[in-house]
Amino acid sequence: MEKFLLKYFTLIRVVIAIAIGIVVSIFLIYLISQEPAFSLKSFLLGPLLTRSRLAHLFETASPIIFCGLAISVAFQARQFNVGAEGSLYLGAAVGTAFAVSTNMPAFIHIPLVLLIAGLAGALWAFIPGILKARWQASELVSSLMLNYVAYFLGLYLINYHFRDKEAGFLVSYQLPQSAWLPQFIPDTRIHYGIILALVFALLVYYFLYHTTTGYEIRITGFNERFARFGGINVFRVIVLCQVIMGFLAAFGGMTEVMGIHRRFLWQNSPGYGWDGVIVAIIARNHPLLIVPASFFLSYMRVGGRVLNLMSDVPAEMVQVIQSIIILLITAEAFLSQLKYRITVRQAEKGGAV
Amino acid sequence: MSPFLQSIFSTEFGFAIFRVTTPLLFAAIGVSISNLAGTINISMEGTMLVSAFMGVLVSAFTGSLILALLAGVAAGVALAAILSYFHLRLKADIILAAIALNIFASGITVFLLYLATGDKGSSSSLKSMLFPEVHIPLIKSIPVLGTIISGHNVMTYGAILAIVVFYIITFKTPLGLRIRAVGQNPNAAESVGINVNRTRMWALMLSGFFGAFGGLYLSMGYVSWFARDMTAGRGWIAIAAATLGGCMPLGTFLASLLFGAVNALAIYFASLQFPSELIALIPYLATVIALTIYSAQALRKRTRKVAEAKRVGKITEVKETKESS
Repeated sequence: MEKFLLKYFTLIRVVIAIAIGIVVSIFLIYLISQEPAFSLKSFLLGPLLTRSRLAHLFETASPIIFCGLAISVAFQARQFNVGAEGSLYLGAAVGTAFAVSTNMPAFIHIPLVLLIAGLAGALWAFIPGILKARWQASELVSSLMLNYVAYFLGLYLINYHFRDKEAGFLVSYQLPQSAWLPQFIPDTRIHYGIILALVFALLVYYFLYHTTTGYEIRITGFNERFARFGGINVFRVIVLCQVIMGFLAAFGGMTEVMGIHRRFLWQNSPGYGWDGVIVAIIARNHPLLIVPASFFLSYMRVGGRVLNLMSDVPAEMVQVIQSIIILLITAEAFLSQLKYRITVRQAEKGGAV
Repeated sequence: MSPFLQSIFSTEFGFAIFRVTTPLLFAAIGVSISNLAGTINISMEGTMLVSAFMGVLVSAFTGSLILALLAGVAAGVALAAILSYFHLRLKADIILAAIALNIFASGITVFLLYLATGDKGSSSSLKSMLFPEVHIPLIKSIPVLGTIISGHNVMTYGAILAIVVFYIITFKTPLGLRIRAVGQNPNAAESVGINVNRTRMWALMLSGFFGAFGGLYLSMGYVSWFARDMTAGRGWIAIAAATLGGCMPLGTFLASLLFGAVNALAIYFASLQFPSELIALIPYLATVIALTIYSAQALRKRTRKVAEAKRVGKITEVKETKESS
């Protein structure tokens, strides 16, 4: 039992952090709701109860997986670029602009639009990357500022040049059918984006853990000076990991546009980039763990929406719970006393550990 | 003269610069003081939000400005206290913990706003109060300068005062000396008996304290309500301003003023026939450019120093200087 605890200590810590988060949410619901039992049920079981909510779970998870993967590549190199949001927004806007102004068969159009969006996002993420690598400008601050710039640029592009004036509200023209990602489960909006997200999770895993460049990214994150000493081109790694981040985020954003809305309708930035930061922290930047972490976050999101709709508790409670979970997961010393005690006891019992 | 240039050179524009600079300045002081101790507080966005919200809430329910001020400051300091507990005691990465706190602040303020008013957008249904405007008797009557300098919100003068306080704390008190020592080299500071963690805790608390005033000004001076995520990136711009100002009092002041001017310019641009989206992005773009120029110069200075040292032969191996965070 204790050996098991030690082996999976990190995972157990994450589970405990999540459990604490859920306990806090139960507490909050009982504190403010008029019918706590019903509210609690909506929050915890709500996402499973109807077919459309279950579908929502998958629909919401797929852009989050993309952004989680994006952020994890940058964070693995300890580049705190949080520009996934901006890359996603601007990339999707550029992709939409390209899609509505071209016409070609679907089997070319779909990959091409995704690629254009991805490249636009990559180009955007290249800016903080090169500023960091060349002049050591903090990528955290510059990527944050560029998120705002990307948001306004994307908004300008859509509202001034690709706005559908007959739609009645501020949206782009509808994409031509050849650029629609098919939805493959009847009566839901689950589209091929989720399949692509899972494929990319495997690809990113392979890239980070089984290729030389991936190794260089991880080593740079582990110890930049050591990486430099070992002959790794740190400059290249810093730029590359952020470019990949931008590509993945924009690609994921575009799948959502092509699979669900079929036009660009984000007048506010959708926030998936920040969700990506959250799941990257929960999954400790591991590409394969990003998938369950994203489903967990998606579950809380859908639960929050149900809660908002069915009861008197606002959905923003979910944000509060998320932040508590992240805080506990990032706290290295949280439960370390426990680990220490178990290690000592094991050592005393069996000699070598 | 074109109407645009006319408005730029008007006294209203000079007045607007100070108005826009005030929240940035408070936040930038907060960031500076934490960065001097080597623990940069990037949860300024969250600090300002909770303070702005608490100020509005308490002033609406108690009708007391003093209580609102106290509550706002307490909220800002509390957030900083959480950050310092998680970073210093529980060894959380300060950037990730601060990101979490920003999410927390954004969520908890809307959550409580909804409970208090039934509205998730803004607190316009609450009768919250404003900090008073101050008309300085003599200066008021100086022709041009008077209209620019006098008649501001009391918080704006508070921000100028805060720069002085920041200077005194940093350079004239034992705490300031310890903060700078810890920031330069924590090991050396520890070896002469300075409690590194406690010093950093104080620095973080002070950053929350200063940031709180910025938040209070936003909701009780700049405008008269609280709106969700009303900080709109000011906490981040403040980080850039602090970096640009080298985290020193005068530098921080000038850098904040620069960003304030760019912001005010963007507001004035809006009167022209020009897409508002493209105007709104100016301050953020300016921040990136300024940050890059500053970083490039700092880097050049460092490499020159290293080259100099190598040439003189004083040192053969040079330790890499601390990463600019």
